[in-house]
Amino acid sequence: MNRIIKILFVLLIVRPVVLIILGLNIHNRNKLPLNGPAIIAANHNSHLDTMVLFSLYPLLQVHKLRPVAAADYFLSNPLLAWFSIHVIGIIPLSRSGRKKPQVLFAECHKAIDNGDILILFPEGTRGKPEEASTLKKGIFHLVKERPATPIIPLVTHGLGRALPKGEALLVPFNCDIAIGDALVEVESSTELLAELTDSYAKLLNDCLTYNTTDEI
Amino acid sequence: MINNALSFLNIPQHSLHFMLLVLGLLTVATAIQMILAIKKPNLELQQRVTSWWWIIGLLFLVFSIGTNTTIFFFGFISFLALKEFLSIVQTRQADRNAIFWAYLSIPLQYYWVAIGWYGMFIIFIPVYMFLYLPLRLILKGDTDGFIKSAGTLQWAVMLNVFAVSHIAYLLILPEKNIAAGNIGLVIFLLFMTQFNDVSQYIWGKTLGKHKILPKVSPNKTWEGFVGGLITITLVAGFIAPYLTPLSQIQGFTAGVLISFSGFIGDVVISSVKRDLHIKDCGNLLPGHGGILDRIDSLIYTAPLFFHYIYYLHY
Repeated sequence: MNRIIKILFVLLIVRPVVLIILGLNIHNRNKLPLNGPAIIAANHNSHLDTMVLFSLYPLLQVHKLRPVAAADYFLSNPLLAWFSIHVIGIIPLSRSGRKKPQVLFAECHKAIDNGDILILFPEGTRGKPEEASTLKKGIFHLVKERPATPIIPLVTHGLGRALPKGEALLVPFNCDIAIGDALVEVESSTELLAELTDSYAKLLNDCLTYNTTDEI
Repeated sequence: MINNALSFLNIPQHSLHFMLLVLGLLTVATAIQMILAIKKPNLELQQRVTSWWWIIGLLFLVFSIGTNTTIFFFGFISFLALKEFLSIVQTRQADRNAIFWAYLSIPLQYYWVAIGWYGMFIIFIPVYMFLYLPLRLILKGDTDGFIKSAGTLQWAVMLNVFAVSHIAYLLILPEKNIAAGNIGLVIFLLFMTQFNDVSQYIWGKTLGKHKILPKVSPNKTWEGFVGGLITITLVAGFIAPYLTPLSQIQGFTAGVLISFSGFIGDVVISSVKRDLHIKDCGNLLPGHGGILDRIDSLIYTAPLFFHYIYYLHY
């Protein structure tokens, strides 16, 4: 049932919004992991990041996509919580608690074992539009237990203009989405963050809309 | 027989025949591309030809449905072009509201077209939007970069909405060439503009030596420009009486106008891309780039051709 709702949501709302009102410049589409298990590590500018990713997948695969999202935000009211869990299929993650990684990431690990594709935002928050925040180490502790899972760096650019944090008015803009080479079996959190940062910088250079939104 | 078979298409005879000719030309181009691909596969050329099939097929479909659909279609092209333009140029977060209004100018502008209100159509963007968009920027209150934003935004709507909407207004003019219908004017403009791009490219590839604007467009040559100018002038002269109210002599002049201004439109958008250090404006049309990469020449040819025939015949 949830799967059907999600397919309809993607078909009737996400795709028209992303493909007509927005518009995508996709770079290296062939590197997008169509089958799980995999972790997509994306930069975070807007709620639209997740929607754009949904629009790239075949309808029969969208149920495999599981955004890992902040429990304190997405479960804050019952309606949003229902929508996030049953339509979007998020894996709620507690940002505040001091839980052990095994407990904190239990749901994520279950999803990986199930062959799902996790969408993770290592920056942890949307932050200021189109400005990268520092990456958090959480992602390393998540994959430490499942070292064979490939991590695919992915950069979106321009979505922070279309729908920035705190704004309700969606303004049409073309957006870039660039997909990098998978990182596998990374040894340490420092190494992982360094490789991700490096990859993001390279991918950002492919973006046609890059260089254009930086405020003077 | 062809006429009977295709009579369900809502296109006057001359225009229909010309569309079929275009499909024939495209078939020949596809065959040439396939033969070339045997020697040396060229993915970009192949994608370019495939995209052409989509573009021309879509135009054929839209034209055959009717005038209002065609007007709507060009409005949608304006939307895609404006969006592409605003996405590559620099804008501020404070401009979002004014940008939203810039998009709203599209349905209004094409509505003036659809109801044939010439006076409004011709001043709405140069006067009313020109005065209104800075006001929207002021209401946001962010004055750092105000001049640049106001300029960029007005230029964007002029290029992508005002200029492009002239194609649609051709459909609303009183019908003067009954056998071709007003769609004949649109087909003439689109075909001549795009064929000019192709012939300048082919002449430049075969004979090109002397660069014409090395700092803007290093691949453009005098030979390509002049070769295209002669080709288009001749072709336009022979086709104009068939598709438009223009006489043959007037057709030659239309050819000169289209070839020259098409070149300018091309290099103006090239300068935009050079300024931003990008190669294409988008990747909506594989092998061509973005929508702006395809309609760059049209932005210049459409208003100029429109006013040329408007002055002569309406």
